[in-house]
Amino acid sequence: MRKFTQHIGIAAPLDRANVDTDMIIPKQFLKSIKRAGFGPNLFDELRYLDEGQPDQDCAGRPLNKDFVLNKPRYLGTSVLLARENFGCGSSREHAPWALDDFGIRAIIAPSFADIFYNNCFKNGLLPIVLPEAQVDQLFKEVEATEGYQLTVDLERQVVVTPSGEEFAFEVDNFRKHCLLNGLDDIGLTLQHADEIKAYEARRRESAPWLFDAIK
Amino acid sequence: MAGKTLYDKLWDDHLVRQNEDGSALIYIDRQILHEVTSPQAFEGLRLAGRKPWRIDANLATPDHNVPTTERSAGVDKIEDPVSRIQVKTLDSNCDEFGITEFKMNDQRQGIVHVVGPEQGMTLPGTTVVCGDSHTSTHGAFGALAHGIGTSEVEHVLATQCLIAKKMKNMLVRVDGELGKGVTAKDVVLHIIGVIGTAGGTGYAIEFGGSAIRSISMEGRMTICNMAIEAGARVGLVAVDDTTIEYFRGRPYSPTGAQWDAAVEAWKELVSDEDARFDTLVEIKAEDIQPQVTWGTSPEMVAPVNALVPNPDAETDAVKADGIRRALQYMGLKADQKITDIQLDRVFIGSCTNSRIEDLRAAAEVVKGRKVAPTIKQALVVPGSGLVKAQAEAEGLDKVFVEAGLEWREPGCSMCLAMNPDKLGQGEHCASTSNRNFEGRQGFGGRTHLVSPAMAAAAAVTGHFVDVRELMQ
Repeated sequence: MRKFTQHIGIAAPLDRANVDTDMIIPKQFLKSIKRAGFGPNLFDELRYLDEGQPDQDCAGRPLNKDFVLNKPRYLGTSVLLARENFGCGSSREHAPWALDDFGIRAIIAPSFADIFYNNCFKNGLLPIVLPEAQVDQLFKEVEATEGYQLTVDLERQVVVTPSGEEFAFEVDNFRKHCLLNGLDDIGLTLQHADEIKAYEARRRESAPWLFDAIK
Repeated sequence: MAGKTLYDKLWDDHLVRQNEDGSALIYIDRQILHEVTSPQAFEGLRLAGRKPWRIDANLATPDHNVPTTERSAGVDKIEDPVSRIQVKTLDSNCDEFGITEFKMNDQRQGIVHVVGPEQGMTLPGTTVVCGDSHTSTHGAFGALAHGIGTSEVEHVLATQCLIAKKMKNMLVRVDGELGKGVTAKDVVLHIIGVIGTAGGTGYAIEFGGSAIRSISMEGRMTICNMAIEAGARVGLVAVDDTTIEYFRGRPYSPTGAQWDAAVEAWKELVSDEDARFDTLVEIKAEDIQPQVTWGTSPEMVAPVNALVPNPDAETDAVKADGIRRALQYMGLKADQKITDIQLDRVFIGSCTNSRIEDLRAAAEVVKGRKVAPTIKQALVVPGSGLVKAQAEAEGLDKVFVEAGLEWREPGCSMCLAMNPDKLGQGEHCASTSNRNFEGRQGFGGRTHLVSPAMAAAAAVTGHFVDVRELMQ
């Protein structure tokens, strides 16, 4: 997994609550059996005026000029500002894959849906929860200033605005450790293989009906 | 010391390792795999040279992409080439890794959340995961079940564990007696309307109270299925006799002495009298009416006899903006009657409402009636091949076809329109599924979530109607 330590990038405001994973990446693109290539279809129904199809070249499609990420001033956005309950809906990891492929590295919102939040960390993306008032302030600042950039420092757990103001955020120690070092979860878990085997042996004793039934 | 909640017990029973940083390793008894969220996980195993930790904990079936029209010609004849590749990839991955799969034309194939319990793969006291957020369904049986992402699917395949953090406990208690025509779907839509689409975020929700106890296993599955639409990854119902009876004689259920031992263990799967919940929500069953969603989030829901809300009456600016945006997308006016919403299509199916009881409820309403001429299509999609066979044995298929509904092969179908069943732009659909998000059932499509009986009533009248009026 790619490491995340510090990131500086252009911020864009996506001003709506409850952005669901169908909106982030519509279902027709989930038919891919790959992990990459979802970026051109990120927010497909908001970004384009027509209905997108898998494997289609998006270069010639009609753009919705009103959509925030299509505005020239937000070209190259890598920090997404969002509203409450971002990423609600399905468990599709295609949502963080699409954000990542598009170039988003961090998402700041007052709250995230659980599964989406978890999926981000598996892909080197950092979801940041800040209080609503602070998110509001960032929305106002980014809209007022062209070229507005935010610094996200995971080591220090702060978001830094261009004026130097810092907003502290919380993150699980384990997730932070994995992101900072780009660690693979499976490799880490397999270090505890003996404990898993010991648990499994106990489970086989206490609930033997859960073993060898499905074949 | 306070007693334990059902969730606490399930968590403790599966704890392999508690780390100092608050994260934990929990053991996974069961994983269900489908074609959409598994290919990258299998590919990950291959790239790392890993094998599944435990083959017999997994079961696979294709559901999201499969066509629901006649398909005896097999996977090679799936028209959409991308869907075809995805279904074939599941088949070849399961063959390669030795995982049991109910392939497309196996009678046991169906929607993962219908198939798991039906086979007795899901059992009380198990941990169940699947790369699908509606895995919360299985919590209806006192199982700790939730959706995971594809990286976690790979993690469970490789280690039989998940890295997890304990959730908070919420109890939603529904007491009293449900009115005639009010179903489990109305109960859960009402609950989502009360606590909101993010109200359960970070929680495992246990549904309890006398009304929940009186609901069948099918209904409890409907309720837990939509826990995720209230933001909770996990929904739970305590084990009782209804739960235990459900598993008698299922293919993967224990038998003989093991059945007796299992039943003894399952009886412990209730929250202790003195268990402490972080949040308690109390609902009176008598307050629940048949529900219809009018907007683009499941919390945008109202009783069928209510009016579409007016954003000007909402004081919260973000919420008012959300209502305005939803009304515009849905092509509705503030303060219009919900019963005046004209429909184009009807969909009865999905992991929320495609079980035998759902089909019976819908058939009872359409029996002797005809689909309204303004309805372009009314689909009935059973949740599995076995549900389909049961319905046909009861003659329900004939009732539907005589009334003008289409009787289909099992799959996820129009719930998320990954197969050819979808809405056209601007079309309104009365749907028994779980999500009314923009574009969910087709580009520009407008979804209204309802119970099977309400969907059936809408099919025969062409607009929403209080199903109780047709039941007199």
